[in-house]
Amino acid sequence: MTFELSHFNAALVFALCASTVFGITQRNTARDMFKYGAYCFALFIGGVIVAAWVMWAIKH
Amino acid sequence: MANPQNSATMSRSGKDAAQTNSMAIIAPVAGWFLPGLGHFIQRRWIRGFLLMASVFVMFFVGLGMQGKVYSFNTGDLLDILGFIGDLGSGLLYFAARAMDWGIGNIHRAVADYGTKYIVVAGLLNIIAAVDAHHIAIGKKP
Repeated sequence: MTFELSHFNAALVFALCASTVFGITQRNTARDMFKYGAYCFALFIGGVIVAAWVMWAIKH
Repeated sequence: MANPQNSATMSRSGKDAAQTNSMAIIAPVAGWFLPGLGHFIQRRWIRGFLLMASVFVMFFVGLGMQGKVYSFNTGDLLDILGFIGDLGSGLLYFAARAMDWGIGNIHRAVADYGTKYIVVAGLLNIIAAVDAHHIAIGKKP
């Protein structure tokens, strides 16, 4: 079985899994875990979007 | 004369300490071997399930993208580090090696992402195993 993920979808899956683990392992209460996980997810996806625009700007 | 209640309390606390000590070793090893197991044996069901799901999804999506599973090697430094990262997945790594999964495909750009997914799944599992250790020693609730 092979997956055909686009770059953005691959980044989404990566961000979701990594931020879940970061949230659970780096904070002590359920509320803080959720908040930190969401924060990491936003940073991952925000970083991807910023990097994409930077590469677009360099190319043009 | 020794108070029997005090000696009973001391023996109970000694037993608890021994249990904590053994759990401090068993939990991270179990967590490394099977993602989430270190949390399950400490009755952290939801955390264990989420950690297990995250590592499994990353590992199998990586395989699905035709990522490469590194074998033991003494060659290129990045290959050695890739092997160490992959090894972090524990049982998943050994299963993949035994079933000959993760041969890799250099003709697909996405396959390289898959290779990174598999390495990161192992690294995330190591973080989860350390977290299980912290729960066992009481550093974390």
